[in-house]
Amino acid sequence: MLTKRIIACLDVDGGRVVKGVQFVNLRDAGDPAELAKAHSEAGADEIVLLDISAAHQKRATLLDTVRRTARQLFIPFTVGGGIRTLEEAAAVFAAGADKISINSAALADPTLITCIAERFGSQAVVVAIDAKRSAKAQKWEAFTHGGRKPSGRDTVAWAREAESRGAGEILLTSMDRDGTNSGFDCDLTCAVADSVRIPVIASGGAGKADHFVEVFREGHADAALAASILHYGTSRLADLKQELSAQGIPVRWPC
Amino acid sequence: MIAIVDYGAGNLVSVKKALDWLGQESAITSDPTTVAGATRIILPGVGHFAATAALGRSGLQDAISSAIGRGIPFLGICVGLQWMFEGSQESPETPGLGLFRGQCERFPATVKSPHVGWNQLQLSSSRLFQGIASQSFVYFTHSFRVPLADTTVARCEYGGQFSAAVERDGVFGVQFHPEKSGEVGLRLLRNFCLV
Repeated sequence: MLTKRIIACLDVDGGRVVKGVQFVNLRDAGDPAELAKAHSEAGADEIVLLDISAAHQKRATLLDTVRRTARQLFIPFTVGGGIRTLEEAAAVFAAGADKISINSAALADPTLITCIAERFGSQAVVVAIDAKRSAKAQKWEAFTHGGRKPSGRDTVAWAREAESRGAGEILLTSMDRDGTNSGFDCDLTCAVADSVRIPVIASGGAGKADHFVEVFREGHADAALAASILHYGTSRLADLKQELSAQGIPVRWPC
Repeated sequence: MIAIVDYGAGNLVSVKKALDWLGQESAITSDPTTVAGATRIILPGVGHFAATAALGRSGLQDAISSAIGRGIPFLGICVGLQWMFEGSQESPETPGLGLFRGQCERFPATVKSPHVGWNQLQLSSSRLFQGIASQSFVYFTHSFRVPLADTTVARCEYGGQFSAAVERDGVFGVQFHPEKSGEVGLRLLRNFCLV
C-alpha cells in the first residue's frame, strides 16, 4: 500500500547547510550534497533543500549547490526559497531538481502556480504555506516572507485555491509549533488535508517519533518533514522509520 | 547510444543523470533521425496525456514505431507507459500508440489523487525486474493508471490493483519513476540497458 513519506529537509545559506548534522564519518557535515546522500542512504523518502539566505541573492551559488546535490541523488529532490518566476523555476529544474517549492511568490500571484505547472507538470509544483493560528477558533492565517508578513488569507481557503491553480502538493508549516519540539499542529494539518485531494506534507514542531505517528493518524498528513530531529545523526531517521513501522504506520522500511 | 526522447514534457535531466551514473551513453533528443538510429529508446513522460500528441506531429511516433518493429529495446516511463496503450480518459481525443489494448483510467473517488509516494510492487517473472525482490518500493506520481493486462509484469495496489509495469519482447513500460526510486530503480534501468 501507499506509504507515508519522511522527508529530510536541509536549510542552506551560501552553499552550506545551516544546523548541519553531527557526524563522525562525514568529511564535511555542512555540505548539502554529502548530507543529502547520507540521508538518502539512511532511508529518507525525499530531500527538500530550502535556500534561507537573506534576499536570496546568490542564485548562482544555489544553482551550483542544486547541481552537486542532484548528481548523486536518485530519490525525489525538491528545491525552494526565493523562487519568484517561471525562469527561476526553469533554472532550478535544469540544475536537477524534480520539484520546486514556492510560497510568497505564489500568494502574490497565483497564476505563477499554473504557469510552472503547465510547463513542468503539477507533480513538480509544491506550494508551501506558513500558517499561524488566528484569533478566530480553528482558523489559521497564511504568512509570507519567511513568516514575517501576514497575508490576510485564510490558510485552508488558500490551500484550496492553490490546488485549483495546479499545485501538486502542499507543504504546510505551523509557525506556532516550528522549533518547539512539542509536536506538529494536527488540527491545522487535518483542516488542510481534509479540504484538498492533493498530498499534504506536514512541517513544524516534530521532536520525536510519537509526533509523526500523531500527524499521520490525527493530522491526516501524507508526508512529514524531518529537520531538527535529524540534527543528531542519520541513525535517527532509521530509528524513526522503525518506530513508525512498529506502531502500524505504513512506511518504506526497510529500504 | 540510448535516445531519451524529448517531446516537450518529461523529466529528462533525471533520467540522463541515472544513465550517466550507470556509465551508459545517452542523449536527450527531439530529432526523429537520432531516435531512429539509437541502440535503445527511453520515453519519459510527465504532465497531461494530451501533450503526447506532439509525438505524432513531430515524426517521433513514426521513428519509435519503426525502431520497435526492428527490435530496438524501448522503455516508456509514467505517461510514456500510458502512451503505449490506446488512450487515456485524461484526454479522450488523443490517441496513444496503440501497441497494447486498453485505455488509461482515473483512480476511484475512494482514494486521494494523484497517487504520490513510495508503494510496493507485486512482481511476476520478467527481464526488466531481474534481481529485484517482490514487494520492493518504488516512487509513483500520477493521476491516471493502466488497468491490469496480459502484458502486466508488476502490479501495485492503490484503490484497487493496476499495472505498475508491462513487458512484451523488447518493449517495456513502467508507471513509476525508476530514476527516482533509489537502488531499485537504478537496478531496473541497468536491466533495461543490458536487455
